[in-house]
Amino acid sequence: MSNISIQSVRKVYPGGVEAIPGLSLEIEAGELCVLVGPSGCGKSTLLRMVAGLEELTEGEIHIAGRKVNNLEPAERDISMVFQNYALYPHMSVRQNMSYGLKNRGQKKDEITRRVAEAARILGLTDYLDRKPRQLSGGQRQRVAMGRAIVREPAAFLFDEPLSNLDAKLRVKTRVEIRDLQQRLATTAIYVTHDQQEAMTLADRLVVMNAGHIEQVGTPMEIYARPASLFVAEFIGSPPMNVIPAAAAPDLAGIANADADLRIGVRPEALRLVENGPLKLTVRVIERLGSTSNIHGVLPDGKTELIASIPGDSVPAPGETVAFEVDTMDLHFFDKQGKRVAT
Amino acid sequence: MVENRPLLTFVQHAVLILGAALFVFPIYLAFVASTHDQVTVARGIPLLPGGEFWNNYSQVLGEGISTAGAPPLSLMLFNSMVMALSITLGKIAISLLSAFAIVYFRFPFRILAFWTIFITLMLPVEVRILPTFEVVASLGMLNSYAGLSIPLIASATATFLFRQFFMTVPDELTEAARIDGAGPMRFFKDILLPLSRTNLAALFVILFIYGWNQYLWPLLVTTDESYYTIVMGIQRMANAGEETPQWHLIMSTAILALLPPVAVIIGMQSLFVRGLVEVEK
Repeated sequence: MSNISIQSVRKVYPGGVEAIPGLSLEIEAGELCVLVGPSGCGKSTLLRMVAGLEELTEGEIHIAGRKVNNLEPAERDISMVFQNYALYPHMSVRQNMSYGLKNRGQKKDEITRRVAEAARILGLTDYLDRKPRQLSGGQRQRVAMGRAIVREPAAFLFDEPLSNLDAKLRVKTRVEIRDLQQRLATTAIYVTHDQQEAMTLADRLVVMNAGHIEQVGTPMEIYARPASLFVAEFIGSPPMNVIPAAAAPDLAGIANADADLRIGVRPEALRLVENGPLKLTVRVIERLGSTSNIHGVLPDGKTELIASIPGDSVPAPGETVAFEVDTMDLHFFDKQGKRVAT
Repeated sequence: MVENRPLLTFVQHAVLILGAALFVFPIYLAFVASTHDQVTVARGIPLLPGGEFWNNYSQVLGEGISTAGAPPLSLMLFNSMVMALSITLGKIAISLLSAFAIVYFRFPFRILAFWTIFITLMLPVEVRILPTFEVVASLGMLNSYAGLSIPLIASATATFLFRQFFMTVPDELTEAARIDGAGPMRFFKDILLPLSRTNLAALFVILFIYGWNQYLWPLLVTTDESYYTIVMGIQRMANAGEETPQWHLIMSTAILALLPPVAVIIGMQSLFVRGLVEVEK
């Protein structure tokens, strides 16, 4: 099995834009590592450097113990699934999947065997002789997956592979990708800007911002203990509420706290009570079925808050309601947005 | 626009039929003239075809017109075909490769190279004909197929067209091919060429007709009649000196000269239409 080691990698584009100022990351064998962050945070650049589609300005990348800096993408023993699938439009599904193997000089019967196997796993057996334009979006996505798995590479690289699918199919395919990756036990790097996709897929989550790694950890670690305000607001839906300490003096008995301290509270950690430290004037109710999101403002008139409460018994817009929260569900961040230990 | 108005339909068809008739009539006349003997044609071209079809056509194809100093038509047709095909295939090969180089490779003065090619668009054969003739003459290429075709091969138009097309091919396709282990030439052969198929067909038609219809250049570089092309041959027949031009034979020649370009258009048409229907990227 293989692992990917990214060592002090730096990327400066011609023209002087520094996409990645210097970044190191170790990816364990067989794990699915998700790079998540807003657009322009350098996650795709990082993936493309691993793939060999972008050159490194500085640093080293090792795949399966082999330094790959100067290797062509084809020599790196990786395969990649692109956002728009990049299927060859003039080739049938079978030809699309076997093209990479053919170029590597694989034997004919071995190619046939692997393509048939991949098609069986992905449910594409009946479509092998179709052209990509005769397939639906989901099927094309699976052909792109098939092209990746027939190669039996040391690592899969996924570049936002689900963003061209509709919401329902995205959730379904997400599960399929996870299942497939676990069955094949192949190391994978997965890039997405969708935090929900990131949470559900990842063995390990890497949250990136402006070319830096903000935090690395399992999805639950990151959800439970975000290392910075950026991570706190990026991971979780609806996003974490951030309250200046001054706007909620009653919260958790920190009345004389530093004025720059900010308190983070997950919407789902708030409980509707008769009398609590957070008074909220309700503005909008979003009903999601099992839960409802209550949007409102605190008494200071400008700090907005979202509370996610179960059930159907929700206050009406205009009402003022009270919330309480457990001390252990409070997150504190300093002026720079770093987590403060409590 | 789907409308069902009988009068409008009638007018539309009338205009179309009239237009088509206007274009086809001269060709019809030429055909009719080619099926009569010299005397009949000299008195004025009749409106209906006559019975001399086989005689006229076999004469021009086999013997040529003695007075015109032109070789039999079959040889001229062959010469024209060689010239048109060399120009077409040469132009396509060169412009494909140069567009490929310009779009997919980063080399010094790449942009300069492109603009240099582009500027030659402003210099058609007629403008550079004297210097080109000088070069071809000093290379000893007068009276040869090479002399007929090579100077007309370099093509800015086709290079430009392929460049524009290659630029619309998504980068991911190139990247996927790199990951699939296709080197530049294999990418060119396996991915770019099949994707350019419809463009190739269109260009083939345009360039074949361009090559076939070359008149001034063959007139300059050939003095040996065994290299005459058909388009210039027709002109020589009409300038028959002292004698009356043999219009019935000239018209047969004209009709025969029309056929190959028409055949190319009809042959390539299905590819055209298919290319237009299946929009694929």
